[in-house]
Amino acid sequence: MPETPRPLPTDDPAQVAAFEARIASGESIEPKDWMPERYRRQLTRMMSQHAHSEVVGMLPEGNWITRAPSLRRKMSLIAKVQDEAGHGLYIYCGTETLGVDRFQLFTQLLDGTAKYSSIFNYPTLSWADMGVIGWLVDGAAIVNQTVLAKTSYGPYARAMVRICKEENFHKRQGYEICMTLAKGTPAQRAMLQDAVDRFWWPSLMMFGPSDTDSPNSAELLRWKVKRKTNDELRQRFVNLTVPQAQELGITLPDPDLRYNAETKNWDFGAIDWAEFFEVIQGNGPCNRERLEARRAAHEEGQWVREAATAHAAKRAQSTAAA
Amino acid sequence: MSEVVPPTDSHWPLWEVFTQGSDGAPFEHAGSVHATDAEQALQNARDVYARRGEAVNLWVVPSAAITASAPSDAGPFFDPGNDKAYRHPQFYIAPRGIRIF
Repeated sequence: MPETPRPLPTDDPAQVAAFEARIASGESIEPKDWMPERYRRQLTRMMSQHAHSEVVGMLPEGNWITRAPSLRRKMSLIAKVQDEAGHGLYIYCGTETLGVDRFQLFTQLLDGTAKYSSIFNYPTLSWADMGVIGWLVDGAAIVNQTVLAKTSYGPYARAMVRICKEENFHKRQGYEICMTLAKGTPAQRAMLQDAVDRFWWPSLMMFGPSDTDSPNSAELLRWKVKRKTNDELRQRFVNLTVPQAQELGITLPDPDLRYNAETKNWDFGAIDWAEFFEVIQGNGPCNRERLEARRAAHEEGQWVREAATAHAAKRAQSTAAA
Repeated sequence: MSEVVPPTDSHWPLWEVFTQGSDGAPFEHAGSVHATDAEQALQNARDVYARRGEAVNLWVVPSAAITASAPSDAGPFFDPGNDKAYRHPQFYIAPRGIRIF
């Protein structure tokens, strides 16, 4: 979407200057504060994509609830999937403070015009995927969200603080699954390695396009919506994850991965951005299936919403009559 | 509300949720939920904001019932409290070495 990286012409330059001074001094922006229209739009875009990702993120894992290998694993997975629904609600609640109707955003998700994280368009083919998603996908989300907890928009920052606490459970339960498989039979180790091979690169793509190719980054950094660039966060994730992979005794599928003693970073190979943009455009392995599942869930839930509305009306009536 | 629009949950009234973290602690704003009535708002608030024992009590308040100060008037509005140093203990001089409290 070509958008000019400047405040919309309707904004008063004096107000924009005052707003930017507040941001520069580290103040938090609250819903009733004046903000440039462009800040409001960027936040609505980012937060709604984030909320959609939480909601769609329930699907790949929901796929394995009925086939979890033990009651303990099943309880954890249900709790995790329920958390993702909660996270979606926290962030949608944040978008509503910007004056947007949640249903309007949800409609954009259902009709395919809204974006969500590309990672959820990959299939979950084995039980090991549940471990690897918790470890890598939630691990990447934590790196991203820990920084977002310091974002300049108050309601978004507060939602992130809440979410980060819960994501830690997600990551640990994922790593525990991975560790159990890593210590298991050769077949279990092979299953784990296969899942890592499939999810490693898509996890790195979760941080978004490289800084050289990220049209929104400069403005978002200036307004402290973002506090770190996509590439900085991606590098931090790789640095954190390599030792965890070594502990599991698995191989990360990147022949170029090596420690750079000079920068103290783990250098990694080139990301296949063509794949990333294909998936974003809607051509990933599961895009259609995910949206169909969301639509079905929404339509099949219609009677619940109608029943709740009728129940409330009936109760209001009987209270009035009493 | 128009009759042609099927009811959606975000057209239900908005409620602000306040949680009390432990007995005796103050209530803190946690977020908001949509709900048809107060009872459903309480249940939704519990499911969204208290899945891990984060609260021992919940308040739900219709968002429309809240009157808030305007950020743009914050300066003059809070001004009466900002220039009265004599309301703080530091304003008063006490001899060194004496325990006042």
